[in-house]
Amino acid sequence: MGIFILFPFLDVFRRSFLDAMGGSFVGVDNYLTVLGKSSFKLAVSNTVRFIAVCIPLLMLLSLTIAVLISSISKLKELLKTIFLFPMAIPVASIVVLWRLVFDNSGYLNGFIEKFHISPTDWMNGPSAFYVLVFSYLWKNTGYDMVLWLAGLNEIPESLYEAARIDGAGKKECFYYITLPLLKPTAAMIAVLSLVNSFKVFREAYLIAGDYPHKSIYMLQHLFNNWFVKLDIQKMSAASVMMALAAALIMIGVHVSHEKKK
Amino acid sequence: MKRKNRMITAGLVVLSSVIWFPLFFMAAQSLMGSTELIKNTGAVLAGTGGKARFTLLPQFPTLAPYVELLLDSPGFFVMFWNSCKQVFPILLGQLLIGMPAAWALARYKFRGRNVLMLLYMILMIMPFQVTMVSGYLVLKKFQILDTHFALILPGIFNTFPVFIMTKAFAGIPDSLMDAARIDGAGEFRVFTSIGIPMALPGIISAVILGFLECWNVIEQPMTFLKTKNLWPLSLYLPNITADKMNVSFAASIVMMLPAVFLFLWGQAYLEQGIAASGLKE
Repeated sequence: MGIFILFPFLDVFRRSFLDAMGGSFVGVDNYLTVLGKSSFKLAVSNTVRFIAVCIPLLMLLSLTIAVLISSISKLKELLKTIFLFPMAIPVASIVVLWRLVFDNSGYLNGFIEKFHISPTDWMNGPSAFYVLVFSYLWKNTGYDMVLWLAGLNEIPESLYEAARIDGAGKKECFYYITLPLLKPTAAMIAVLSLVNSFKVFREAYLIAGDYPHKSIYMLQHLFNNWFVKLDIQKMSAASVMMALAAALIMIGVHVSHEKKK
Repeated sequence: MKRKNRMITAGLVVLSSVIWFPLFFMAAQSLMGSTELIKNTGAVLAGTGGKARFTLLPQFPTLAPYVELLLDSPGFFVMFWNSCKQVFPILLGQLLIGMPAAWALARYKFRGRNVLMLLYMILMIMPFQVTMVSGYLVLKKFQILDTHFALILPGIFNTFPVFIMTKAFAGIPDSLMDAARIDGAGEFRVFTSIGIPMALPGIISAVILGFLECWNVIEQPMTFLKTKNLWPLSLYLPNITADKMNVSFAASIVMMLPAVFLFLWGQAYLEQGIAASGLKE
């Protein structure tokens, strides 16, 4: 089954070393061209920056919510449903609202003007990056919350009881039992959050189109624009590098799991 | 203690308004007549100038946008139907091909199993753009670019459902299967009579997650479908809002409905499935 994807990918791997006519071997020239492109550097740095900002933020936020939600008794199920709900909302449906909020003459600007703060064009400035962070958090917090809750459920209640008998307070329980035991869950959550972070392109594309403000020009935009020009050589080289990065991350996670066993 | 508990609940309720308030707002806007809607949101959506005005509830609630959308927007119907034509075959194919694959990965020990599992995980985290070129070249060779099959075939071979179902199958106790084998059940029989029923929650959650994913698909049709008439609703919706802004909220709501119903119906399964995806092997 993997062959359906793998075999063609090997072909791309081969192509990444050939010249535009697909004839002669040019070695790593394609890679050098891609690495030298300023648009490539911009896209990589934006993507890395987005991941570096979003994933810790998302994991922290969803862990807080998960811990709080598991401590309450009333409204627990209802709140869980609400927090998970954005998962079911199609991106295409919600972008019309984000446009209304963040547009130059939208609600957010109307709101802050009341406090005599000068309006900003949110989607066409450096703030576009944070709009995207917001929409990512909005969509994915619930998903990660459920993952954390599953991790929390795995911790045996007896551990807490034993600790309490030994005189540990709530704080000690959290720092010395909950957090260390959540570590393996955390690795998997980070991976799944990474998978989801690539999908934020949908929001970016539907709100801002092919060439958005340069603070949210992601690798996905670059690929699309190369694709329109049918720039197969550059794309092949770039995909090989991206695939390599993905493989390294996954193998890293896998190896660290095996070590713990 | 009790008081603290109540404070936390209240805090969470306030926080959750970030989620339900926008949705409630959209539902309310969808009941607005076109003059009212253009007056309020035209500044952003139609470029009529001025500022968007925030009004929570419509002054004169009406179902007119829905009527216009459902009776008078042939484009919307075509795209809705396109989405269905693409999503359901994908889900069916994922089941037919993914279930046996997941069963094999979960229940049989064979050489290279670990490597194969790792490969699946790597493919799972790769963004679509990595396989975009190779996918395009293959579909071109098969001459199915710009047809529904260009989305359906690659969609079927998605690795994520296999990953979830593998976890579900792996959770079945060995003793059950051994008992069936002693009673003379063949391997296929064990799969259909014990494997599938026991792992049903996991399978259902894979289907729901698959549906939510496919219903939302944007990148694939954008690259593989040139003809706009074949586009699914997820990609076409912003175009509708540009043409006929008075139905934009109604269209958004209608598009949400199938996903929302499925979500509410299968939330318990969904949570199990998500939880399973996070557990280490």
